[in-house]
Amino acid sequence: MTQILNLTINGTSQDIPIDDPRATLLDVLRERIGLTGTKKGCDRGQCGACTVLIDGRRINSCLALALSYDGAEITTVEGLAQGELLHPVQAAFIEADGFQCGYCTPGQIMSAVALIAEGEAGLDPERVREGMSGNLCRCAAYAGITEAVLKATRAMNREDAA
Amino acid sequence: MNLFEYTRAETLDAAMSAATEDGAILAGGTNLLDLMKIGVVNPTRLIDITRLPLHDIEEHDGGLRIGAMVRNADLARHPVILSRFPAVAEALLSGASAQLRNAASTGGNIMQQTRCSYFQDPLSPCNRREPGSGCAAIGGETRNHAVLGWTEACIATHPSDLCVALAAYDAVVEITGPDGLREVPMESFHPLPDANGTGPAPLQSGEIITHIRLPDSGGMARNARYVKLRERTSFAFAIVSAAAALEIQDGRIVQARLALGGVAARPWRARTAEKALADQSPTEEAFARAADLALEGAAPSGDNRAKITLARRIAIRALTRAAAGTPDRLPALPASVFEGDCNG
Amino acid sequence: MADVMNIQGHVRLGSNAGQSMTRRDGVLKVTGRATYAADNRPEGVLHAVTATAGIARGRVTHLDTAAAEAHPGVVKVYTPANRPDLAVSPDEKIHGFAWRTEALQDDTVRYAGQPIALVVAETLEAATEGSHLLAPRYDADTPRIGLDGGVPFQPETISIGRPPSLEVGDIDAARTGAARHFETVIETPAQYHNALEPHAITAQWTGDRLEIDTPNQAIGLAKQSFAAYLGVNPAHILIRSPFLGGGFGSKAILFGAQLLVALAAKDLDRPIKLALRRDQMYGPVGHRPATRQTLKLDVDTRGHIAALEHHTIAVASSFDDFIENASNASHSVYATTALRTTHAGIRADTGTPGPMRAPGEATGSAALEVAIDDAAYALGFDPLEFRLRNYAETDPATGMQFSSKALRECYAQAAEAFGWQDRPLEPGSMKQGRLLKGWGMGTAQFPCPMFQAAAHATLRADGSAVVETSAADMGQGAWTSLAQIAADGLGIDIDRLEFRSGQSNLPDAGVAGGSGHTATAGTALFNAGADTIRQLAELALNDPASPLFGADNAGVTARGGRLYRNDDDTRSEAYEDILARAGLDLLRGEGKGAREGEPERAMFSHGGVFAEVLVDPDLGQVRVSRLIGAFAAGRIVNPHLARSQLLGGMIWGIGFALQEEAIHDVRTGRFTNADLAGYHIPVNADVPMIEALTVHEDDPFVNSLGIKGVGELGVTGTVGAIANAVWHATGIRPKRFPIHPESLI
Repeated sequence: MTQILNLTINGTSQDIPIDDPRATLLDVLRERIGLTGTKKGCDRGQCGACTVLIDGRRINSCLALALSYDGAEITTVEGLAQGELLHPVQAAFIEADGFQCGYCTPGQIMSAVALIAEGEAGLDPERVREGMSGNLCRCAAYAGITEAVLKATRAMNREDAA
Repeated sequence: MNLFEYTRAETLDAAMSAATEDGAILAGGTNLLDLMKIGVVNPTRLIDITRLPLHDIEEHDGGLRIGAMVRNADLARHPVILSRFPAVAEALLSGASAQLRNAASTGGNIMQQTRCSYFQDPLSPCNRREPGSGCAAIGGETRNHAVLGWTEACIATHPSDLCVALAAYDAVVEITGPDGLREVPMESFHPLPDANGTGPAPLQSGEIITHIRLPDSGGMARNARYVKLRERTSFAFAIVSAAAALEIQDGRIVQARLALGGVAARPWRARTAEKALADQSPTEEAFARAADLALEGAAPSGDNRAKITLARRIAIRALTRAAAGTPDRLPALPASVFEGDCNG
Repeated sequence: MADVMNIQGHVRLGSNAGQSMTRRDGVLKVTGRATYAADNRPEGVLHAVTATAGIARGRVTHLDTAAAEAHPGVVKVYTPANRPDLAVSPDEKIHGFAWRTEALQDDTVRYAGQPIALVVAETLEAATEGSHLLAPRYDADTPRIGLDGGVPFQPETISIGRPPSLEVGDIDAARTGAARHFETVIETPAQYHNALEPHAITAQWTGDRLEIDTPNQAIGLAKQSFAAYLGVNPAHILIRSPFLGGGFGSKAILFGAQLLVALAAKDLDRPIKLALRRDQMYGPVGHRPATRQTLKLDVDTRGHIAALEHHTIAVASSFDDFIENASNASHSVYATTALRTTHAGIRADTGTPGPMRAPGEATGSAALEVAIDDAAYALGFDPLEFRLRNYAETDPATGMQFSSKALRECYAQAAEAFGWQDRPLEPGSMKQGRLLKGWGMGTAQFPCPMFQAAAHATLRADGSAVVETSAADMGQGAWTSLAQIAADGLGIDIDRLEFRSGQSNLPDAGVAGGSGHTATAGTALFNAGADTIRQLAELALNDPASPLFGADNAGVTARGGRLYRNDDDTRSEAYEDILARAGLDLLRGEGKGAREGEPERAMFSHGGVFAEVLVDPDLGQVRVSRLIGAFAAGRIVNPHLARSQLLGGMIWGIGFALQEEAIHDVRTGRFTNADLAGYHIPVNADVPMIEALTVHEDDPFVNSLGIKGVGELGVTGTVGAIANAVWHATGIRPKRFPIHPESLI
C-alpha cells in the first residue's frame, strides 16, 4: 500500500509516494527522489556519511524510517549553497582541504553546519574534534576538517557581527 | 528487513494495544532499525510512538521526570541534568555520536540490545535472541563480554552508558501496560541471566516505558562523574565504564553511589561498595577498597580476565574524579580518560 | 555524470605545478554534485543484492529461491543453477593483476561472506529481503582460520610475481661475528580497507554495448578484464569512474559480483545497480592479511648492524596466492653487511588478501621499526642516533646508489619540530599529570614504481587545451595535480585547460596504485603537452609571417599560452595566432609515461616520523597526542594536496598501531566485527595534533619530472613510531598490533 509522505526538502514541500514502509530517509532521498548528494557508507549509523538535518538537527538518515518523519523539514548538502555562492562551511572545506575522496564530505559538512549551530564547540579545537567524531573519514582528512570547521565558525561569527 | 505494517500511534492506549509479540515500538529507531536490517529483530508491525506526548522533562520533587521520547541530546543539555545530575549528561555525551544522540530516545536507550556479536549474528546460537538455542559467545570471542552476573546461558553485557548513570542515581522506570502502571528501579530493570536463559523480558506484552524518574540527587550534585574506557578516543562502546556520585561533608563521605558499565547484562550497581564508603574520607585507599567490593564475585566469562582489573580501576577513577568535584563545564572529551591533556 | 567534469564556481588558491592549489573538483564534492557510481539512477534501474555464505568452507546444498522470488518486487534470483555463463572462468587468472573470484561458478564455499546468489528486484528493500529469504543450507567443513589454524605452504612468489626471498652477503658469518643479537616477534592482524564508499556498479546494455559505472583504480585494465570475462569486444565497453570514494588498493581488482551484475543486466535487459553492504566488504574485495614476523638483528660493538634477517608468515586464501611481502620492507632502510628476507604462507578459509595501502611496506615497517628501537635501547643509543649510525648510503638489497635520499634532512627537520633532543633514554621517564608520556620514532620509506600511461593533449583554436587520460582520482587529487602537470607541459594557465579523465574511452593512464600514478600519468600528460608544443613550434619557426621565424637553434619556450624566442624575449606569439595562420582548429600531441629499461638506481621516498603518546597507566588507553613527520618525495606537484595525502597515511598508522583488527570466530570462520562499530578506524578525536613537513628533494633519475609519490609513504614509519612511543611511555614492547589497553596494564 502506497503511503504519501510529506517532506519539506531544502525549502520545497514535496508529497512523496512511499511504496515500501521499509524505506529509510536515506534511500528515499537517494533512490526515490534523486538527491544523491547524501551518501551511504555503512547503512547502520556507524559512519555519518548519510548525515542530514531534520528540523535543524543532524541525524543519520540511514537509521531514520522515512514514514516516521512525515511533515519534517530536511536539509541536505544540496540545500546549502545559494546558487554559485557556497555556504561558509563548504568554502572552508575547500580551503582547508577537509576532504580527499569526497565521499564522506556531504555528511561531514552537514554535521559541521549543525555543530556550529549547536554552539557548544565554539573555537575549541578539542570540542570540534569530539563533535565531529560521528563522521568517519577513511582518507583521514581530520586535520583539514577541524581547521575547516574552525575557519567556518569564525567566518559565520563575523557575518553575525556584521 | 522483512515487510511490516507501519502505524503511527496517536494515543498511549493505541500504542499499548499494538505493542504485542509481533509488534515493535519505534521511537528514535537507532537500535531497532539497525537490528531489523541485520535480521535480528523481525517484527511484522511497527508502532511509531514518536508523536506521543512523552517529550517533556518535568521537575518533580527536587528530581526530574523524563518522557521516554526525550532525545538523548536534549536530555544531555537540560539545565537540571547539567546542574544536579552531571554524570547523566557526561554518560550521554560519551555515547555514540551527535547524530545518534539527536535521534535516540531515553526509552530506546534503556531498551537497546546487547552488542554481543553472536546476538547480532542470526546464524549463531543465542539464548537471548532465540531462547534455548545456546550461547555461541562462550568459547568464542569474549573480549567484550561479562565478568559479573553471567551464567552459562548468556555472557552478554548491556551497552548503554546512560543506564549506568541512571542506575547510580536511583532512577526509576515508569511502565504503562494493560494492567496499569508499574515502576521498576533502573538497576534491576534489565534481568540477569539465570542457568537456563536470559531471564524474564523486562517488558510484558502491551507494556511501554513512558517515563524515567530521577529522584533528588541531594548533596551529590557537584561530585558526580562518568568515566569510560574505549578503544578509540570517541564514538566507541565502553570496554568498561563507571558512574560515581558522592555527597561529601566536612571531608567525610555521607553517601556514595557507584555503578559499572560493560561488565554485566545490566548496569551494575555496587551497593556493598557504596555502603563501605559511607563515613569514610574520600581517599584513594577508601576507593580502592570500595572497588574491590564492587568486583566481588567477578569472574572471566572467557578470555576477558583483564576486564576485572580494568573495571576495578575505572571504579577508582570515577570515584576519584567525583571526589575532585564535577567541573563547571563538562570536559571537551566527556568521560574520556584523557581530559584536557591535549591542546593541539 | 557529464562526460567531462564541468567545473563551476571553482574556488581555488594557487596555480601551476609545484604550487599549492585547492582541488579543482572541490565545488562538486562540497555541494554533493560529484557523482559516485551508486549515485547513478538510469531509467528503469533494478537493484541487486548478493546473498553471502554463512560458512567458511563447504558447499551450499539448498537455497530457497522460491521464497525469495515470491517476495514482492523480486524480479529474479541467480544461483549456480541458473546463472549466465562467463566467457572465461572467474577462477582463471587472465593477467597478473587478476584475482580468482566468485561469480556463482559452482556451489563451493571458500570463505564466509562469499557471494552465493544474486537477487535482483525493483527496489533495494525487496532485493535485500530477497537475499535473506534464500536461507541457505550447507554441507559445512571445519574452517581453517588464522595464522595458527591454517595450512602452511611455501609460496613460489609473493605480492604480485616477486621472489619470496633475498639473501645478500654471508648472513651466518656476519651473525657469528656480531657482538649482540636481538630477536623480535610481532604479529599484525587482518585489516580491511573500508573505503567509505562501498564497492558499487551500475551496468547498462544498449545492444551489444555495455556501459558501466564503477569505482576503479585501473580503468583500462578493468575494461580489458570485463571484456575478457564477459566475452565482449573491449571497444564496446565504456567504464566511467570519475570519482572513487576511497580505494586504498581494494578497487584495483575486479570481483565476481561486478561480472554478475553485467550478466544479469543483459539477461533482464534492464540497467542494474549493486552496492555492497559494509559487511559484504569483508571477504570478496581484498584485505591486508595477518602476519607473524620474526626479525633477527645482529649488531657489532660500534652499533652497526652486521646482519638483518626478516621472516614473514602471512595468511593467504585457500584458492589464490597473494602473500603480503612484509619482509621486503627490510631491504633498503638500514645499512647491513648481510641481509636475508624470507616468506611463508598459511592457507586459510578467507577471502584472498590483496594490496592495501602500503602493502608489505606498512606491515613490515611496523615490525622493523620496533626491532630497531629495541636494539637501540639495549645498546644505549638514542633511537635517532642508532638509525643515523645505520644510515644506508647505498641500497643494501641491490648495492645500487639511491636516485636521491634526503632522509637525513627529514630526520633533522622532524626531530627539530618535535623537540626530540629533550628525550630521555629510559622508558617511563616522562609524565603529563597522571598520564605516562612517551616519544618514539620510525623511518618511513616507500618505493617509487612507474607503470604505463598514455595521454593526449590538444590545443584548440582559441589557445585553450584539452588533455585526456583515463586517470583515477580516489582522493589523492588527480583531477588537480595531473591538470597542473598538463598545464605546465602545454605552457598554459590551468584555467585554460580542460582535463578529461575517469573513463575508459580515453588513453589508458594505468593504475592508481603503488604511489606511482601522479608520476606515471603525469609524465604521459607532460609529454603529450610537450609533443603538442613541439609541433606548434615547428609551425611557427617555419612560418616567415611569425615573429618566431628563424629562431632555429635558439629555440622557443612555451609559457602563458605563447611561444617566446629564447634569444629574444620580446619576440613571441600566441598559440591561437600560430594555429590560425596555419589554418588549424586543433593540434594534437601524444605522450607516454613509463620507466625505460632496468633501473640503475634504487628509488624510494623517505621520511622520519615522530610520535608522542599519552598512556593511562591504570587503564591502558592510548592517545597519540602529537604526530610529526618530515618527508622527502622528490618534486611535490601540489604541496596542499600532498600534505593531505601524507597526513592521511600517518593517521592510517594510528589505526594500524592502536585500533584496526578484523576478528574471525575460529569455530565458524565468520567475522565478529564486520562493521564500522566493531572494526575501529580512527575518528577525528584520535588526531589532536598532526603535521607533515616536506623536505626539498631534486631527483634527476626517478623520472623526467622528478616525482616520487606520497600516497603510501605516511603509513610506513608511523606505526613503529607509535609503538615505540608506547614502549617509551610504559616500558612495554608490543608483541602484536593493534596495541590493546589490556596489554598495557
